[in-house]
Amino acid sequence: MNYIALKMLFGDRAKYLMLLCGLTFAVMLIVQQGSIFWGLMIWSQSSISNINVPIWVTDSGIAQVDEVKPIAGTAVDRVRSVPGVEWAVPLFKGLLRARLSNGEYHQITLAGLESSSLIGRPAEVLEGRFEDILQPDAVALDQWAVERMGGPDVIKIGTIFELNDKLARVVAIAKTQKSFTNIPVVYTTYERAIRYVPRERRTLSYVLAKPKDGVPIEEVTKRIHEQTGLGAFTAEEFGWKTIGWVLKNTGIGINFGTTILLGFIVGMAISGQTFYLFTVENLRQFGALKAMGASTFTLARMILLQAFTVGLTGYGVGIGLATVFGYLTARGGGLPFVETWQLLLLVLVGLLAICTFSALISIVKLARLEPAIVFR
Amino acid sequence: MDDHTEPAAVRARNIVKSFGTGDTKVTVLNGINLDIYLGEMLLLVGESGGGKTTLLSAIAGILDIDDGDIDVLGVPLSELPAGKRTTFRGQTMGFVYQQFNLLPTLTAAENVAVPLLIQKIGRPEALRRARAMLERVGLSDRAEFLPKNLSGGQQQRVAIARALVNEPRLLICDEPTAALDGPNGQKIMEILRDVGRSPSRSVIVVTHDSRIFHFGDRMAHLTDGRIVSIEPISREGTA
Repeated sequence: MNYIALKMLFGDRAKYLMLLCGLTFAVMLIVQQGSIFWGLMIWSQSSISNINVPIWVTDSGIAQVDEVKPIAGTAVDRVRSVPGVEWAVPLFKGLLRARLSNGEYHQITLAGLESSSLIGRPAEVLEGRFEDILQPDAVALDQWAVERMGGPDVIKIGTIFELNDKLARVVAIAKTQKSFTNIPVVYTTYERAIRYVPRERRTLSYVLAKPKDGVPIEEVTKRIHEQTGLGAFTAEEFGWKTIGWVLKNTGIGINFGTTILLGFIVGMAISGQTFYLFTVENLRQFGALKAMGASTFTLARMILLQAFTVGLTGYGVGIGLATVFGYLTARGGGLPFVETWQLLLLVLVGLLAICTFSALISIVKLARLEPAIVFR
Repeated sequence: MDDHTEPAAVRARNIVKSFGTGDTKVTVLNGINLDIYLGEMLLLVGESGGGKTTLLSAIAGILDIDDGDIDVLGVPLSELPAGKRTTFRGQTMGFVYQQFNLLPTLTAAENVAVPLLIQKIGRPEALRRARAMLERVGLSDRAEFLPKNLSGGQQQRVAIARALVNEPRLLICDEPTAALDGPNGQKIMEILRDVGRSPSRSVIVVTHDSRIFHFGDRMAHLTDGRIVSIEPISREGTA
């Protein structure tokens, strides 16, 4: 009977294609919007992933990574003294304006790394040597700075610009994950960073730390919090905290959620209606099958097979199209697009719900169908 | 009722069936008694609205009756639960409809194979038997045609092949010639007579078409929900 079900489905080409298009569109919309949403969330915590250390310590009331709440400079030593901490280094993070030689101003994020270890440096350097930031007035930029501040003709190795009337010379260009705000990042040493910024009583933004091997990271963050009174977070916790802040304080969650919900509803409406029409138009045929001895259970199985066949085909095509879209638009980091297996699994579950709903409407109709219809 | 010596394939007693309630209640079958014997073709005739199709549906077990008993091949239909009745119908009955009711996206052979597939017979075997049956109704060269590419007469022959492919003991035909012209109607009845009839099978045909009366063995007249006469048919076509 599976064979008959599939022949009935594929044979009515117009309806099959309409169903397929509806489900493909729904899947594509959900996957595309879901991937962009998740890409934005990844971007929102790129300050954490770019620094790439296990533990972040700062004011316990911090809401998200880009909201700097300076802490006392003694915090570094206090964290170092916590049992289970292998190392702890300071990090300066703050917003500043860069003035280029052509007179243009650009807002930048200044990151000051501990000079002896350069912990927190980007993993990949595109041009120059990152270690050269130890030279006088030397800074490194991320590749987005090149893009935002005038392109490779304006910003290159050797370019000199001003930060708060002090010279900064580009010695390296590093590759980093784009940030949510896409503000260029200028890397220098911690000591030089606090010379660049206007004088403040507290200049330490974060203490970056690592647990000793064999000591659970959660245990170490707990000890840091208990012994220093500061907020200590694993990189993952801090990432989720940041995502939570973005969702709560921006319209991103609601906007994307609405679009995804619309995709779900449109998919359900189109496939449900088309499938119901498909069943209604074949009612006499289904009645004939019932008269010939096909049970309601058999017909229900046929309907479910049809629904899941077209659903899974639409799932594959929809994901394929969304992936091509992502590949074309997100190349080079232009658009946030992160297609995760969790999202694909979620969409699959949603799609199966749509297919089950569509099939159920038809099955209810068939269950109530009197085979005597064939004699009318 | 009749002095037949053959066993009754269908034995209907005091069948009552009404539709609607209260003022709108219409009694369509009003105390029907009918025996249909193995080896015979019974024509069920009468005016429109007389209850022919309702009786056919009741005998087929696809319509519940309000009162009375129907035994088909010795099995009391009304005592069978719905699921078993469906299985029983699939195993013992074949249907030919006025509108053919072929699945439009299946080829002629696949349509004929449907009752076998319902009985869970493997597809290759079902198609082999379907093609053999199509050969018996003279359509072996149309086995791979879709219904839309067949004439009305050919579609009805496919429907007959489908009704007979699982060797049913009871063949139920509802106006099998109504959608066909005269010559095609005659041809369909010839096929029903030649291929459908056998000593171990009963054929019930509901019809209005007086041109095909001579194909039957007996004719039952149904008027206002009652059988007013059951008479043998002479080969000249008159009862």
